[in-house]
Amino acid sequence: MTNQELQRKANELRVDILRMIYKAKTGHIGGDNSIIDMITALYFKHMNISPKQWEEKDPNRDRFVLSKGHAVEALYAALGDRGFFDKEEMIETFSQFGSPYIGHANNHVAGIDLNSGSLGHGLSLAVGMALAGKKDGRDYKVYCVMGDGEVAEGSVWEGAMAAGHYKLNNLIGIVDRNRQQISGTTEEVMTQDSQEERWAAFGWHVISIDGNDMDAVDAALTAAKEVKDRPVAIIANTVKGKGISFMENVASWHHGVPKEEQYEQAMAELQALLAD
Amino acid sequence: MAKKLNRQVICDVLIEKGREDKDIMVLCSDSSGSSSMTAFHKELPDQFIEVGIAEQNLVTISAGLASCGKKPFAVSPASFLSTRSMEQVKVDVGYSGTNVKLVGVSGGVSYGALGLTHHSVNDFATMGSNPGIRVYCPSDPVQTEKLTRALLEDEKGAYIRVGRYPSEYIYEEDVPFELNKAMKIREGKDAAIIACGEMVPYAVKAAELLAEEGIDASVIDMYCIKPIDREAVLEATKTGVIVTAEEHVAFGGLGSLVSQIVAEVGGAKVGSITLPDAPVIAGEQWEVFDYYGMNAEGIAKTVKEMLAK
Repeated sequence: MTNQELQRKANELRVDILRMIYKAKTGHIGGDNSIIDMITALYFKHMNISPKQWEEKDPNRDRFVLSKGHAVEALYAALGDRGFFDKEEMIETFSQFGSPYIGHANNHVAGIDLNSGSLGHGLSLAVGMALAGKKDGRDYKVYCVMGDGEVAEGSVWEGAMAAGHYKLNNLIGIVDRNRQQISGTTEEVMTQDSQEERWAAFGWHVISIDGNDMDAVDAALTAAKEVKDRPVAIIANTVKGKGISFMENVASWHHGVPKEEQYEQAMAELQALLAD
Repeated sequence: MAKKLNRQVICDVLIEKGREDKDIMVLCSDSSGSSSMTAFHKELPDQFIEVGIAEQNLVTISAGLASCGKKPFAVSPASFLSTRSMEQVKVDVGYSGTNVKLVGVSGGVSYGALGLTHHSVNDFATMGSNPGIRVYCPSDPVQTEKLTRALLEDEKGAYIRVGRYPSEYIYEEDVPFELNKAMKIREGKDAAIIACGEMVPYAVKAAELLAEEGIDASVIDMYCIKPIDREAVLEATKTGVIVTAEEHVAFGGLGSLVSQIVAEVGGAKVGSITLPDAPVIAGEQWEVFDYYGMNAEGIAKTVKEMLAK
């Protein structure tokens, strides 16, 4: 896919996310829409992963860990669109009684290796996956998406330390730096500026980009795969709620659910993006 | 009587099986010496991972490895593994269903005067309360070996607690062993003593003391705390008196699990010997046991008290 096509796909997935959350009356739309461009680039271009590889348990496939497990709507949308499962059925049953499509990443869903939802676990899971790849001499990559509020968890830095120590050049960590968390801005809640210096200090190669610019996302992922001597941290500077004007950079849309009028306005804005 | 470190037994089995299966791995948190895993590290360096003093990372890296087909054993002092890593065990092992075996060494109060920070007094409760996590506390080297071999054959999470000091041999090499089935050491019709881990040798001696007084007590080694051997507990109720003995607080331990089963069916009174609900007195493990009556005399005394009630 070209970057233009990837951007269009990301916006299509934004529509899916909006539909899921509006129907279920629950979800984390702000963080979904900040990271969906990155997830789209991963699932539709950069990662070596397909439904067939999943079914056949291909040990050489790439791994993905959504450490900010609450952005699961974005992941379900990408997996559904890639054909890991019936996307429409997922949208219809998301968060409903008995559904496997629950509100955090769930490994009863095709395409998801491990559960997440409690913050600060995913990076260490990814470190384990990356170490397994090294032990077995496989050349797959492991991608881990974290939130910028999440990195307040101390366990993130245990994982970062080990990845740096073992020079895991098959591990790419992505921080969704949308600068908002449930209680307000990250800088109000707990200072998270200087992410670049922090990851570099733990022995990571750092790439800082506009995480909602598909050209920048594509270039960063391409460059990350070429780093040979250490893990890579991509600081994806994003806008929480990206693509829906009234949700952008508003902390209350961390897990807000649109009312009917808001839903219609949001859908109209996304359709306008797709019409471009 | 011959003795051996149970953790050394685990290491020996892992080296033997690890030579055949490179997916068997050991992870330590600056704990390879204290957990007797130095020999594994030396023999199979590519199958050993040091994570530093980071027990959360220890468990979660293990889960990541397991998701890629590895068979990790995360080995760390029981006190830290069972509480610092609690959520990692809950989420990354139990919830995600990964094949991680958690080995807590120097369990119970065996770190003695180092204080409550180093005592795993509630690990049966913390680890066992996680959905999907099994809990074992073997008593002797033979049982530890058979348990380790059995756990290598399955792909589910489990926590195994072993002590700090060498354990007396209770069983012969050819003793029958079936995973999750308690081992009956002695038959008895008047009372049943159900014990685990370091309390088992004391339970055996207690039964001998009671026999001298004409009281015929059975001794059941309930190394499988979860899933507990329900049939063995039901069988024990036939004596009318059960006394449990464990190196663990009362809350969520062997005594409470046995009582829960007995409460359903009745037929027996249950007395429990446990650690107190307080930091224990300073001292070596055996001094602590003696102080709180967690020894042969204490168990025998409790059996007699329960018989008199």
